[in-house]
Amino acid sequence: MPRLSRPALLLVPLLGFMVLTYLVPFLGVAAWSVTLPEPGLTQYQTALTDPLVLSVFLRTFRICLIVTFATICASYMITLLWVRGSRMQRLVIELCILIPFWISVLTRAFGWLALLSNKGILNTWAQNLGFLTEPLTLVRNEFGVIVGMVHFLIPFAAFPLASAMRAVDERVLLAARGMGASRTRVFAQVFVPMTAPGILGAALVVFVFALGFFVTPALLGGGRSVMAAELIYLRIFQSPNWGLGAAISVILMVAVGGLLALLMRQARPAGAR
Amino acid sequence: MRRGKDGGRRVAKAKAAEIGAERIGKSFGTFEALTDVNLTIGRGEFLTLLGPSGSGKTTFLMILAGFEAATRGRLTLDGQDMTQTPAEARAFGMVFQGYALFPHMTVEDNIAFPLKVQRRSAGDIKRRVTEMVEMVGLGGHGHKRPSALSGGQQQRVALARALAYDPPVLLLDEPFSALDKNLRGQMQDEVRRLHRDLGTTFVFVTHDQSEALALSSRVAIFNHGQLQQVAPSREVYERPANRFVAEFLGQINILPLGGVSAGASGTTATFEGQTLTMAAFLGAPTTSFALRPEYMSLHMVAPQDGNAIRAALLDLTYLGATTELALKTPGGTALSLSQPTASLPSSLTPGAEVWVSWAADRGLFL
Repeated sequence: MPRLSRPALLLVPLLGFMVLTYLVPFLGVAAWSVTLPEPGLTQYQTALTDPLVLSVFLRTFRICLIVTFATICASYMITLLWVRGSRMQRLVIELCILIPFWISVLTRAFGWLALLSNKGILNTWAQNLGFLTEPLTLVRNEFGVIVGMVHFLIPFAAFPLASAMRAVDERVLLAARGMGASRTRVFAQVFVPMTAPGILGAALVVFVFALGFFVTPALLGGGRSVMAAELIYLRIFQSPNWGLGAAISVILMVAVGGLLALLMRQARPAGAR
Repeated sequence: MRRGKDGGRRVAKAKAAEIGAERIGKSFGTFEALTDVNLTIGRGEFLTLLGPSGSGKTTFLMILAGFEAATRGRLTLDGQDMTQTPAEARAFGMVFQGYALFPHMTVEDNIAFPLKVQRRSAGDIKRRVTEMVEMVGLGGHGHKRPSALSGGQQQRVALARALAYDPPVLLLDEPFSALDKNLRGQMQDEVRRLHRDLGTTFVFVTHDQSEALALSSRVAIFNHGQLQQVAPSREVYERPANRFVAEFLGQINILPLGGVSAGASGTTATFEGQTLTMAAFLGAPTTSFALRPEYMSLHMVAPQDGNAIRAALLDLTYLGATTELALKTPGGTALSLSQPTASLPSSLTPGAEVWVSWAADRGLFL
């Protein structure tokens, strides 16, 4: 047996924990997907042909794309102020990013319900002030899911974007302005392209997180816009079909793994710079 | 349709601008970065701003570029007030120490950027870019990204980009400090050639005194946010306005004098009991007399004429063609000498008693 160097021994508890609590259960789930109810790949065939499962996959993909786009746009603006704003602006942005970041996802989903539901604060006030006669349906649909997810994911995009923006050499921007370029041109043709690797990295992080979302779509979607993670829950706990739930889990896992591999490759040239 | 405006050969010499700075001041909170700087930079001049770090030279350049606003004072461009003009409207070419190239664009796209800003025609841009790439000797590198080029090549791209659109003024902020010595020499020659060929007004910031003396027609010396002296290279070196300038521009020996008396034929004074004479044109006498090391020579025995003082040799530093000598007079004044190595006797070792002499028409009173 090869001798482990002493620092490597420090990794043993973590690796052991990961194997016991993550790898072993996942292999168990993977085993269900090919053995329940009978051995074979029938569950994968169902997962990739059943119209209900396919529609959930499609919705998951669509919501994740919209959420990623909206999150990146919102984060880019917020982070720009965070990195390049005045001291006061930085402080305000920092609080606006960090405070929600520290609050549990469950609390935040209920917060959005209180704000956006038919009898929620927004609808009640708008009706009392006479802007609306009928309440607007803002939750228990895709819109609510997207709002909740974007809000949750903004900090996850803001951190990689901030490090990309901080790496931009101020003198490059000065050089561009010195050559007569307007602020708009400097932003669009110099600043944004220079942060493009950061944008791509942030988008991948957000997309991967969004794929596995469970609590937010379950609460704010109200059972009407079911996403992949919620479907797995339903197949395991409510209308039991463990084999199908397991097959969907494995497919989701493969998608996330593929995207993470892409993310690693994306991160390497940026780190080597 | 735009041909009339953009086409045709541009005569750069006619575009070079004159810049005036009147009582420019800059404060950062309570810190005075610049105080009362008055300076006129002539049309087509090559001026260097020289000073130690924190002397205000870069701040002054940033104010000229429009990246920093002056707290006080007025700036003019060809006689027109430009104090409030934003940087993008001044559009002076700018070259930075870190090159500041656009990393996501090729060499050609970098050089084309300012031309696109000016909305020149595609044909005009292509022609000008090719011309500039050739001018800085980067033919064949046009399609590379900056990261694929060496430091010297990147700085050539930065120069080509800054000059491509014939700016009225080119500002250079310590552009060669990151390059090694040989390459720096090459780039200095290159910049001098570009200045000669284009006739644009160049303003070059450096903390390297030999670079400043070698490059420019005039040198402006800064210290503690104040302009100390502006004069041609030879004059700042040989006739420094004050002790700071004298000491900043290279080695100088300062002798404390006693019994100074000025007459029609010159000045006489005593230094450690010996009588010295100085030519009348060296100026109004004071009690400190400054001499560059290269004007002093070394003797093993007391010389017959000229001013001579006795000293003990403390140390020799062999520098190849020249040798630097550290000496001390009996009264404790430290002297430094630079002598051709070939002229020194090989028996010279630390501890030797020697004589140092110089001609009566050398040196200056500070």
